[in-house]
Amino acid sequence: MNAPRNHKRTVTTLILGCVLMFGFGFALVPLYDVFCRVTGLNGKVELVPAHPEKLGQVDKTRQVKLQLVAVNNETMPWRFKPENSIVELSPGEMYQTAYIARNLTSGFMIAQAVPSVSPSEAAPYLNKINCFCFERQPLLAQEEKAMPLVLSVDPELPKHIHTITLSYTLFDITPESEQVAAIGGGSLR
Amino acid sequence: MIRTILGFPLLLLFAGSAQAAWEVNLPQGVTEISREVYDLHMIIFWICVAIGVVVFGAMLWSVIYHRKSRGAKAHNFHENVVVEIIWTIIPFFILIAMAVPATATLIKMYDNSESELDIQITGYQWKWRYQYLGEDVDFFSSLSTPREQINNSEEKGEHYLLEVDNPLVIPAGKKVRFLLTANDVIHSWWVPELAVKKDAIPGFINEAWVIVDQPGTYRGQCAELCGKDHGFMPVVVEVKPQAEYDAWLAEVKQADKAASEAALKTWNLADLMETGEQVYAKACLACHQTNGEGIPGAFPALKNSPIALGEPGPHIDIVLNGKTGTAMQAYRDQLSAVELAAVITYERNAWGNKVGDIVTPAQIAKLKE
Amino acid sequence: MNSTVAATHHHGPASGIGRWLFTTNHKDIGTLYLWFSFIMFLTGGCMALLIRAELFQPGLQLIQPDFFNQMTTMHGLIMVFGAVMPAFVGLANWMIPMMVGAPDMALPRMNNWSFWILPFAFSMMLLTLFMEGGAPNFGWTFYAPLSTTYAPPSVTYFIFAVHMMGISSIMGAINIIATILNLRAPGMTLMKMPLFVWTWLITAFLLIAVMPVLAGVVTMMLMDIHFGTSFFNAAGGGDPVLFQHIFWFFGHPEVYIMILPAFGIVSEIIPTFARKRLFGYASMVYATASIAILSFVVWAHHMFTVGLPLAGELFFMFATMLIAVPTGVKVFNWVATMFRGSMTFETPMLFALAFVVLFTIGGFSGLMLAIAPVDFQYHDTYFVVAHFHYVLVPGAVFAIMAGAYYWLPKWCGNYYNETMGKVHFWCSFIGVNITFFPMHFIGLAGMPRRIPDYALQFADFNAVATVGAFIFGFSQLIFLYNVISCIRKGKQASAEVWEGSHGLEWTIPSPAPYHSFSEPPQVK
Repeated sequence: MNAPRNHKRTVTTLILGCVLMFGFGFALVPLYDVFCRVTGLNGKVELVPAHPEKLGQVDKTRQVKLQLVAVNNETMPWRFKPENSIVELSPGEMYQTAYIARNLTSGFMIAQAVPSVSPSEAAPYLNKINCFCFERQPLLAQEEKAMPLVLSVDPELPKHIHTITLSYTLFDITPESEQVAAIGGGSLR
Repeated sequence: MIRTILGFPLLLLFAGSAQAAWEVNLPQGVTEISREVYDLHMIIFWICVAIGVVVFGAMLWSVIYHRKSRGAKAHNFHENVVVEIIWTIIPFFILIAMAVPATATLIKMYDNSESELDIQITGYQWKWRYQYLGEDVDFFSSLSTPREQINNSEEKGEHYLLEVDNPLVIPAGKKVRFLLTANDVIHSWWVPELAVKKDAIPGFINEAWVIVDQPGTYRGQCAELCGKDHGFMPVVVEVKPQAEYDAWLAEVKQADKAASEAALKTWNLADLMETGEQVYAKACLACHQTNGEGIPGAFPALKNSPIALGEPGPHIDIVLNGKTGTAMQAYRDQLSAVELAAVITYERNAWGNKVGDIVTPAQIAKLKE
Repeated sequence: MNSTVAATHHHGPASGIGRWLFTTNHKDIGTLYLWFSFIMFLTGGCMALLIRAELFQPGLQLIQPDFFNQMTTMHGLIMVFGAVMPAFVGLANWMIPMMVGAPDMALPRMNNWSFWILPFAFSMMLLTLFMEGGAPNFGWTFYAPLSTTYAPPSVTYFIFAVHMMGISSIMGAINIIATILNLRAPGMTLMKMPLFVWTWLITAFLLIAVMPVLAGVVTMMLMDIHFGTSFFNAAGGGDPVLFQHIFWFFGHPEVYIMILPAFGIVSEIIPTFARKRLFGYASMVYATASIAILSFVVWAHHMFTVGLPLAGELFFMFATMLIAVPTGVKVFNWVATMFRGSMTFETPMLFALAFVVLFTIGGFSGLMLAIAPVDFQYHDTYFVVAHFHYVLVPGAVFAIMAGAYYWLPKWCGNYYNETMGKVHFWCSFIGVNITFFPMHFIGLAGMPRRIPDYALQFADFNAVATVGAFIFGFSQLIFLYNVISCIRKGKQASAEVWEGSHGLEWTIPSPAPYHSFSEPPQVK
């Protein structure tokens, strides 16, 4: 029997397997992202602009209800509202609107808006041409700003979908150094 | 633990007295979907029972008749391809029979037809917020069972732990769509009689819908572990006929207006302290405790805290805006100007904190705008 | 455990504490694993009793909600990683070399190391109970962001403890695979291996496949908490639902890691006491393998309520239902093994029979849970608690106890006290059912899991469950006493031990000598 040598091969293969699976765990992160974008799983939508020239014809035969929702995450004390909360639009039609945000605190803050679409099946058909969620949004104390949003619904949208809800959740991503500076400066935050 | 052990015989004596406490099955519910779910549940249950009778019957037969003490001799068969294939294929067909109605019901649940009312439901640690989209109605709904009942110093009420201050009200017979999200951690909004359970996830939006024909009050709970008071955030849904619903809606709008007017009148310390104590019990007590001493390591004390004893500015800021990275929430939207002013005043003047100043509702109303 | 063996053999064990610290002997390490797992079983059991005591009546009596959450979390983690998994590894250490005719495990020194990591991992985890802010309180499934942004400071210790357990399990699995693949006696082909060896081989591969994923997910948590990444934080482009996907990609195979070796044990015991060969050996092997493979494509059935698209729900529902087929084959095979046998009912057989019945009940509730539209009602209620306790307590734990009684005479050369064994069995059997059966009812009636206090309509069944839990908990002391007295003295056991025993482990004397099969046996 040639056991020791066998062991070496077995053990090496198995350890390699472990390392691969550890890597696979991490690979699941981008894989999941790709999977979500393709299937719209979890209502995730593209964080990069769609190409306007690729948009199809306007489909005047039907109307889709687009519902715009604003959510503040915990400890996000801004006022945050959509300019219009419900609009009817035809697939293919370009629609321009905005969310109004106001920093109610007496300190500088930076926010990141995270979009989500329901039903998730509709997510791949919502093209955002310009969105404030593409970049972080800094606001000075008490500053108010209209944050632009330009989008259209893909005419390929399945016929049984009548309502699309697009929500933005605002998260506070002010770096800690900014917070410390603000407090050190004698302001509230 | 000793007390518990001694309690056993007592309990067994009185167990029979509590009615409806021996409920053993799913509720049929009050929507078309919930009844379908119930039927599906029963079909699958009876299929399982049937399989169980056959399998356990065969086993019991062997245990009784093929035992050595009865003189049974062991036979020498140990495989039979035909039999093995048969009992692989039969379950397969049973499963298909189960999958067909299950798929049909699931597809119905995912129906995306037009709804008549959309309500945004946001989970907070540990309460729910209901926003009627397009109606400008927005309120929080939290547990209304008094602490004394939970701590066993008072008799428990009929709807112990399943009652809230502001229930969700929806019209009967209309399709109502719920848009669920969360403010902090993952929660799950569940009302068994509506057969709706959907996770509320921070940053993401989920949807569910109901059509309830029968007016009534339906109770549920948060179903996803969301921290300390996960067991204390019930859901109560009141279904009202359209006319009553309209009246309720008008009433809520009226009350909102009255509350903002109340902020403008002049308040004295005693009144604020009195209101403040009630608000504190509702919003702050769970973490900061009755005596204001908090829980060391988890929730800071308010008694003798530099924020509560210092300038009002930072104190107002932390209550209104919360504190990032901790369990301290922003109460700006959760409480009215009067409530905020009262509770801040209370915290500055209770448990031996003696700042003596007043934070006025008008001052807060200005900050809230 | 087998110190009496020492004197009779020239290569005996060292004496004193050094024997246990530095041992590379598979039997010693097996013993260590088994005692460790029993201690953890009692520790996790005490936590369970505290939980049940609090739930005896509505209202808060004994513990506060935050501590209650710490107890449910620690109970789950300790039972899964500290009690069930090490017990199976202990049984594997003892039995696999003897079953395949090997002198020892393939990598004896690594074997020592993989055991001795465990006490440190669990000490670290248990010590978090005394930290400021308390022990982990986010459930054994530790969903983000409750376990990241909102976690107590002890979460970092929890992460390191999980890493250590993971390393221990992986090393154990590597060792088992190497032993089975390389050290089988001449003539012992794969399809002649005892089923316990087969199920462990498949389990070990599952461990290799998923423990690194668990390590990956806790590493991501660590990075999110301390290094500012955003794997699970929506603000930075992450996704809390991703956590659940990765966790359950580990979690579902993990569930089978805890049940496949149990299938193996029961498949050894039933033929012995039915005095008849196992029915359908080959189909048992194929069924085990297909359960293991299917376990990789069903994970999202734990997540039916997170808002998966329709196609996702359907796929995971169908895949999950499919698992019922191979599981059914196993149950039918066990029943067919008993059929027309010549059965006797010693303690191991009683536990094995209870396993078959109660595990099947757990399987039925599992099938019900697989139906997505109905799962919306069951999800995160006591119905789920009833389901997984039925497959883990009268499933995995009963199988471990059956195995312990079955092989105890081989390990220490004496029979245990049969009457006491039967008393232990009946107390456990009755206790388990009183505890967990009513949980089906309160779950269906609408009680969510992981709550420290509940509405009045759930009161009566909760009280009943608590009574059952105390019966089950205290009856384990009978087991402890029986094992200790069996090690000390008892009726001398023969090499075969049981009348119908079969396999290589029964060809060596009882107690098994410190070194067995130094010369490989011939298997025909």
